[in-house]
Amino acid sequence: MKYMLLLASNPADEPAPDSESFGPYMGEWAAYSEALAEAGAMVAGEALQGADTASTVQVRDGKRIVTDGPFIESKEVIGGYYVIDVADLDEALDWAAKIPNSHFGTVEVRPVMEFDG
Amino acid sequence: MGFADVFRTEWPRLVATLMRDVGDLAIAEDAAQDAFVEASTRWPLDGIPDRPGAWLVTTGRRKAIDQIRRMRRFEDRLPALAADPSTAESGRTASSYADVDREQALDDQLALLVGCCHPALASEAQVALTLRIVAGLSTPQIARAFLVSEETMTRRLTRAKTKIRAANIPFDPPDMDTLAERTGAVCEVISSIFTEGHASATDTALIRGDLCEEAIWLAELLSRLVPTDPEVAGLHALLLLTDARRPSRLDSHGGPILLADQDRSLWDQPMIARGLAELARAHSFHRGGAFQFQAAIAALHATAPTFEATDWPAVLRLYDVLLQRQPSALVALNRAIAIDRVHGPAAAVVALDAILVADDLTGDVDDYVYFHTARSDVLARLGRLDDAFAALRRAIECSTNESERSFLRRRRQDLNEVVDLRRPR
Repeated sequence: MKYMLLLASNPADEPAPDSESFGPYMGEWAAYSEALAEAGAMVAGEALQGADTASTVQVRDGKRIVTDGPFIESKEVIGGYYVIDVADLDEALDWAAKIPNSHFGTVEVRPVMEFDG
Repeated sequence: MGFADVFRTEWPRLVATLMRDVGDLAIAEDAAQDAFVEASTRWPLDGIPDRPGAWLVTTGRRKAIDQIRRMRRFEDRLPALAADPSTAESGRTASSYADVDREQALDDQLALLVGCCHPALASEAQVALTLRIVAGLSTPQIARAFLVSEETMTRRLTRAKTKIRAANIPFDPPDMDTLAERTGAVCEVISSIFTEGHASATDTALIRGDLCEEAIWLAELLSRLVPTDPEVAGLHALLLLTDARRPSRLDSHGGPILLADQDRSLWDQPMIARGLAELARAHSFHRGGAFQFQAAIAALHATAPTFEATDWPAVLRLYDVLLQRQPSALVALNRAIAIDRVHGPAAAVVALDAILVADDLTGDVDDYVYFHTARSDVLARLGRLDDAFAALRRAIECSTNESERSFLRRRRQDLNEVVDLRRPR
């Protein structure tokens, strides 16, 4: 059966990109992803860009409300995810608004990290 | 036309054009900035070109190409830019300057405006970006206007531009079905810039005219870009009709003068005429809206010879309609003041007190200076002098503005004297 592993952490606790421990830290991620893939357990995995790039979408009374920032409502819990591939943020927001529970929940839309090379 | 006038007109056109060429706001802004820097050194020697816009676009594109060559990421944009033959040579004649299609230029500027006001950006970011990217104010100028450090404003702008690039917020002319919504967002930003200038809560001088002027300039630009939106015309009218009163709003100490006491001979009549014309144009679309109602109220004030002679029943009717559309405590407050004029202080105090306990209004008047001063004024006329005094005290507590506090203390002094006069001897 499938699971979604939701990775939550305080960015302040992570090794800084210019620190000595950063390289080894990245190596750990690569090794983990490889191990998952080798075990046949990997379905999908992505790093997301920072919280500053997040937007949230809610639909209330038929009206779409878009706000800047990540979702932080404490009573709501993450119930699922999609990874979509579209042209720009407006298209992503359009899809987010159509998600069935956007009428009572909150959908966070965050760009996925793109690694060059 | 002087350099400053050319900058004012050409800045948003240039950024908008480069934005369409390059698709990256930060590059477009930097290239535009560099182009104007070059203009400021070349034009005093060579004279302002006949077609400054074309000169700027050609130069801007060259600067953008230089920037892109220094960065790996946007190299796919180079072929399109480099295809413009005028960017390839260093010596140029007037005929080789890039031609920018007029229709396209309007579309690009609208794309720029709605992009800067995208809801995925924090509202203070929308304001800062609009002033920087469209109005062309420098970062230090914007920082000063909003009373934050230059560092803070720089960070705000950088974060916004980073999100635009990282989340790929599109800067495209809006589709017909989203035009009203996106234009509405721009109107809100322009309105908040004007409000900040019109009645600044944190500055020691109550009015920052420069922000009012920027807001009016932006409203006029939006009006040209979206000529068939009655709310855009309504906003433009509202700002003109409100700002026309500016010369009478402050006394010689920088303290506020209330509408009832303003010297109406100081009001800017040509500005009022322009505002009335814009309002008439808005009405011609037969589609009401909040900005139009507010403008209609401002028009009633602007055309009244005195405070007492104002058509208060009409003002009240407009506030009744506006309150339904915009159930805010602020609108309810202004409506209560109109009730005072039409039905007297007893009815007004009922309306004012109702605002404090209402649960269907947005916003809060508990800490709003003007709410308490209005209440104090009405209570005094009802003879409830101790209550009036208490309300005025509350107003002084709530004020964050020194010239305003001095004004209120003088009012309290006046009321004190009235209270003393009434005490039995």
